[in-house]
Amino acid sequence: MIENKTEISVEALRAGDREEFSRLVDAYSGPIYRLAIKMLGIPADAEDVLQNTFLKAFQHLKDFEGRSSLSTWLYRIASNEALMMLRKQRPEVSLGDVAPEDDDSSNYYPDQFTDWCCLPEEEFLSSESRAALDRAVQHLPETLRIVFILRDIENLSIHETSEALGLSETAVKTRLLRARLRLREELSTYFGNKLDQRSKK
Amino acid sequence: MSAHDYSVCRSLLGSLSEYVDGTLSEELCEEIELHIADCQDCHIVVDTLRKTISLYHESAAESGEVPGIVRERLFRILNLDDYLQK
Repeated sequence: MIENKTEISVEALRAGDREEFSRLVDAYSGPIYRLAIKMLGIPADAEDVLQNTFLKAFQHLKDFEGRSSLSTWLYRIASNEALMMLRKQRPEVSLGDVAPEDDDSSNYYPDQFTDWCCLPEEEFLSSESRAALDRAVQHLPETLRIVFILRDIENLSIHETSEALGLSETAVKTRLLRARLRLREELSTYFGNKLDQRSKK
Repeated sequence: MSAHDYSVCRSLLGSLSEYVDGTLSEELCEEIELHIADCQDCHIVVDTLRKTISLYHESAAESGEVPGIVRERLFRILNLDDYLQK
């Protein structure tokens, strides 16, 4: 979640106050860049999304009606930019829809039943494990990935996530559950192997 | 597990997200807790699902900084060069 440490004045922004806009950029660029990196996996692409998000925000500030918060509005622009970039890279993928195989709930039944929670904390904190976490997010279908990032990495509420993506809360909940279950499967394989390696030592 | 009724596991699966988020109704929470007390697989799924989410929360808390050079290029493209030092 973006922490609004310094109150940003929407009035000043709409009046074209550039110093206020620079404060907005500093307050919100970290989370927007993080979203883009997690979504796209490539720093150069994430930087493009970051720049386009604030260029668009600047262009459309006059249209900001304050129905959602400033942060949700920025997340909405950033999510669209990230999804558009993915669509450009892979035009055959329709991002508005859930692929048929993703819509079959039996695909989400758990398959891994290893209890890896008992691994020592240092195992979870290693850079190798952090990379495995990022890889698992990259393996999610785009429609699930963006929901997971907004809700569980950016810590938006279900309602804010639905506003940012223009989805119903029910759709957000369904996609979130599926994303979490898929990630749990992948992490179970990864950390299950770690558990095996430790038991062989 | 012998004679385990997996249809119960599957019917509860849809509520797991809200269960770990603490937003599920008391009645359904009780149903899940009763079930996982007897079903080791579901118990593990709940525990590892919780752990999965908490690992991502932790990793998010460690990131979120824009590299200096990225910030600099962002400010330049937005014509905010005058405010780069702030």
